Amino acid sequence: MTGGAAGERAVNASPEDRVREAVDAAYRNESRRVLATLIRLLGDFELAEEALHDAFAAALDRWQRDGVPANPRAWLVSAGRFRAIDRIRRRARQDRSLEKLAEEIETTTGPVQPEDDKAVPDDRLRLVFTCCHPALPADAQVALTLREVCGLTTEEIARAFLSPAPTVAQRIVRAKRKIREARIPYETPSPGDLPERLDGVLRVIYLVFNEGYSASAGDSVTRPDLSGEAIRLGRLVVELLPEPEASGLLALMLLHESRRAARTTPEGDIVLLEDQDRSLWDRGLIAEGGALVEGALRSGRIGPYTLQAAISAVHAEAPTAEETDWNQIVGLYGLLARIVPSPVVELNRAVAVAMRDGPEAGLKLVDALLARGELEDYHLAHAARADFFRRLGREQEARASYEHAIALARQGPEKRFLMRRLAELAR
Amino acid sequence: MRYLCLVYAEERQIDSLPKDEMDRFFKECADCSDELKESGHFLAGEALQPVCTATTVRVRGHRSSVTDGPFAETKEQLGGFCLIEAKDLNEAVRIASSMPPARYGSIEVRPISTADPR
Amino acid sequence: MRYLCLIYVEEKKLEGMSREEAEIQFNECLANSRRLKNSRNYIAADPLEPVETATTIRVRGGKMTMTDGPFAETKEQLAGYYLIEAGSREEALRIASQMPQTKYGSVEVRPVKKFDID
Repeated sequence: MTGGAAGERAVNASPEDRVREAVDAAYRNESRRVLATLIRLLGDFELAEEALHDAFAAALDRWQRDGVPANPRAWLVSAGRFRAIDRIRRRARQDRSLEKLAEEIETTTGPVQPEDDKAVPDDRLRLVFTCCHPALPADAQVALTLREVCGLTTEEIARAFLSPAPTVAQRIVRAKRKIREARIPYETPSPGDLPERLDGVLRVIYLVFNEGYSASAGDSVTRPDLSGEAIRLGRLVVELLPEPEASGLLALMLLHESRRAARTTPEGDIVLLEDQDRSLWDRGLIAEGGALVEGALRSGRIGPYTLQAAISAVHAEAPTAEETDWNQIVGLYGLLARIVPSPVVELNRAVAVAMRDGPEAGLKLVDALLARGELEDYHLAHAARADFFRRLGREQEARASYEHAIALARQGPEKRFLMRRLAELAR
Repeated sequence: MRYLCLVYAEERQIDSLPKDEMDRFFKECADCSDELKESGHFLAGEALQPVCTATTVRVRGHRSSVTDGPFAETKEQLGGFCLIEAKDLNEAVRIASSMPPARYGSIEVRPISTADPR
Repeated sequence: MRYLCLIYVEEKKLEGMSREEAEIQFNECLANSRRLKNSRNYIAADPLEPVETATTIRVRGGKMTMTDGPFAETKEQLAGYYLIEAGSREEALRIASQMPQTKYGSVEVRPVKKFDID
């Protein structure tokens, strides 16, 4: 009953335990794939989720009696489909119109064949593209993707985004309602629409990653669970649809992730890239990210994620902060600014120029940017300026810029970092 | 599945188009209708008179009130509608984005209710 | 002369109705639709799915963007339309004011544009 060590239990595991473990393993490894296929077969998210639940409940019982099937996934899809038809038939006693639906599913989908396994990657991709459909509100795309593709519960999503669970639940319900009532199709986009729709999917993944990596509000800088989910999603998309920008995004996330341990102090304070202990960087992630960047660059179809990943890779390759190849970084930011013109990219380029040519050069660029009025309220623009003044020994102006940046910063750790810098000036 | 496409555009902007551009625009609109009729997607559609011709009617407690003007004052005005047949939202969006006014204004795509078709 | 009658109602108010109220209201609308359909005034009519199902499309510089939601956020939402034939604006307004939806919503009446081409 109780008390046995895990190892002992495995040896003495009862057949019931072994079946339970097999069902648990199938749930962990296959439930999202089974769901993706059931949505296609049944044409409805809610019905497919109920069917998934029924299929696993049936597995607990039937696998006990008949043994664990050779292909659990196919068994689960088949069981889910039968149970769904059953459910509709039962409801049809109250609502006649449903009888037709049950028949339709029965005749158009037919029993599940082993060769349906080939359709599984397509089903997963269909699910990703449907959850990230641009006709759905942006926050609903994120919630629905985490719920349906990653299998997170509504409560987990709510916790991760610091939102009330009922809000998240309602977002998901509304999104499913729109999918059903406006008939958003369960399909991968046509080749003509693919680049733009893939952009949408990548945007959702990067949003999830950033929410985990640099939380937009709150007291902790990072929420590792969300970053992990985003990386899993990124791997899934690269596996299903090997487009250069998908690889670029995965590389970018892996390279950021490689620095997680060095990025904050145990107290949760920010450590700047130049001050990080590089021995804490995860070499495995850096190697994987670097290889993905190279592949994406070689494709010749270079997008913004790939360029940002390339910049991150240049940092990762430098043995020390002093040995950073700033010339290459300035060049990459220049390319990035051409593909996606944005004042934030130009700010980053200015910081890189300051590292290459000295703070005077950086200051000139940032002042020109601020004069255009675009970054007036962006705390990092003022933080960069403060840093240039500090390096130039212009203490008075550095102080004013730090104070301005602190007033604009929203995150606890960022505010603390800037206040530390301000305090150091006095010494 | 049927979808209603509501065509919004800024009347002032359309009115201020140079004559040749306006002619081309109307020709394109007519061509678009013809194409949709030929492909079987077109069910009904009309262009509307300018929004200054709109009247809004309400009845509250047996008293009806008639007010001049549209229900909602918006920057772009409802200039017409097109009822289409499409297999799903992606097809409806494709058709809507091929309508020439999409280049000047906005097209709202709404599915027709299928609830209780007694 | 053709007129488009746009039916605006507050969806939240409808959802908040009791079952009986909703039934009465639904039957009134149905009766009015049937009566109109049998008259010479009827051309087309459709109820719409709730405004949450709306998608708005724009094309700028050859690039299409799609956003969730209706073109305009309003307190009352477009719930359906009637396209009618009427001899005059007065007749159109009379028909519109008989629509049960005027009792809890608003009906906007707009004349349809006639083109001289074809």
